[in-house]
Amino acid sequence: MTQTLPVTITVNEKEYKCEVESRLLLSDFLRHELGLTGTHVGCEHGACGACTILFDGESARSCLMFAVQADGHTLTTVEGLAPSLSSSPAGGKEGELHPLQQSFWEAHGLQCGYCTPGILMSMIPFLQKNPNPTEDEIRHALSGNLCRCTGYQHIVDAVKLAAEKMK
Amino acid sequence: MKPAPFEYHAPDSLEQVLDLISQHADEAKILAGGQSLVPAMNFRVVQPSVVIDLNRVAELSYIRENGNVIRIGSMARERHLEFDLSIAKRIPLMTETVPFIAHPQIRNRATIGGSIVHADPAAELPVLMLALSARLKAKKVSGERWIDAQDFFAGMFTTALEPDEILAEIELPFMPPRTGWSFMEVAPRAGDYALMGVAALVTLEKNAKCKQAKLVYLNAGDGPVDAKEAAKILEGEKLNDKLIESSARLASEKEINPFGNIHTSPDFQRHLANVLTKKALKQAIHRAEENLQ
Repeated sequence: MTQTLPVTITVNEKEYKCEVESRLLLSDFLRHELGLTGTHVGCEHGACGACTILFDGESARSCLMFAVQADGHTLTTVEGLAPSLSSSPAGGKEGELHPLQQSFWEAHGLQCGYCTPGILMSMIPFLQKNPNPTEDEIRHALSGNLCRCTGYQHIVDAVKLAAEKMK
Repeated sequence: MKPAPFEYHAPDSLEQVLDLISQHADEAKILAGGQSLVPAMNFRVVQPSVVIDLNRVAELSYIRENGNVIRIGSMARERHLEFDLSIAKRIPLMTETVPFIAHPQIRNRATIGGSIVHADPAAELPVLMLALSARLKAKKVSGERWIDAQDFFAGMFTTALEPDEILAEIELPFMPPRTGWSFMEVAPRAGDYALMGVAALVTLEKNAKCKQAKLVYLNAGDGPVDAKEAAKILEGEKLNDKLIESSARLASEKEINPFGNIHTSPDFQRHLANVLTKKALKQAIHRAEENLQ
């Protein structure tokens, strides 16, 4: 018995209508059904933060939701930060990296890059709420995302730089 | 790391929820915020054949003052508890505690009812329910009943709810006047499960003697642990370091029963409980004294 349900989900300002199996995780829906492989899957139990997306504008773990739960909701994934064709829901300009992404580039805020999309999607709402964060606040805000390469220092630097750029 | 198949229901009224539960009580799991249930399903530790999703039941999501209590719908998100002004004013212990729960990404989805019903001994909200003397409203098709928090937690991941009941509302009395509060925990990393934690409440008389105290611990037994004896020796007394020391010793050596885990031994948990109790009591007393005038 495999139950499938119709869903209408808006991702990065584009509306998708699909049939999904009830047990399909939202993270797998984004990657396998929509081909939006920028959302990464690490631990699949909510510990690592690699799959973080914006769900109705708030950061959430996409591996801890079912795709059916997103029916009628609005999502932003890392692909929505620097769109090539349309305007960005998160405020980036066409053909350019989002200032947050640009800051990660300039401050060497990534090595292998596996954790980066999740970190970016955690930092977007964080910087919206705290445009002038202290280093302590940045470190606290990053605590829900694991990075096994950088030792975090350059990530903290990148977020500081982004806060400057986004003023 | 993928859930087993299940039949999914997403009703949009409490009435429909209760009907579904009465039909599927034995095989169904209720999906609230999903921050504990979905990982368990991903690991296939839990394989419900029916999932009843509460996320479309708007009538279960509210925080409102009513007389001398705050009523919170079981689907209120932890992130809403964290920033609610009424809670900050009336029950500051909750405002102080919620940021210790996991991370913002989790609190955006996690709900008060989900955490309470999950009844993880290491969780913060069950501790608050005991510390704040909450009442919990259980509903089923044939009616409703109120359960005192002290009767609600029935052991590891177990509550007094019947299979066909859901937790609908949490009622929290305002913290009384001249009350100080503190929540402290020790975790290896911000947002991780704490090795030990304590919520302390101290209410003073106008003459500054202790009228009532509460000390409730997490990760200290098979549920939230209310250290009644340690609190009782403070009552009626003018509080001083010696009494605080005795209370901390009583709670950490006699009343809690920590099991230890891969990160800590029971002895270290008792040590942490002792240190945290003293610090938390001092902070709570200090805050109560500030509220004396």
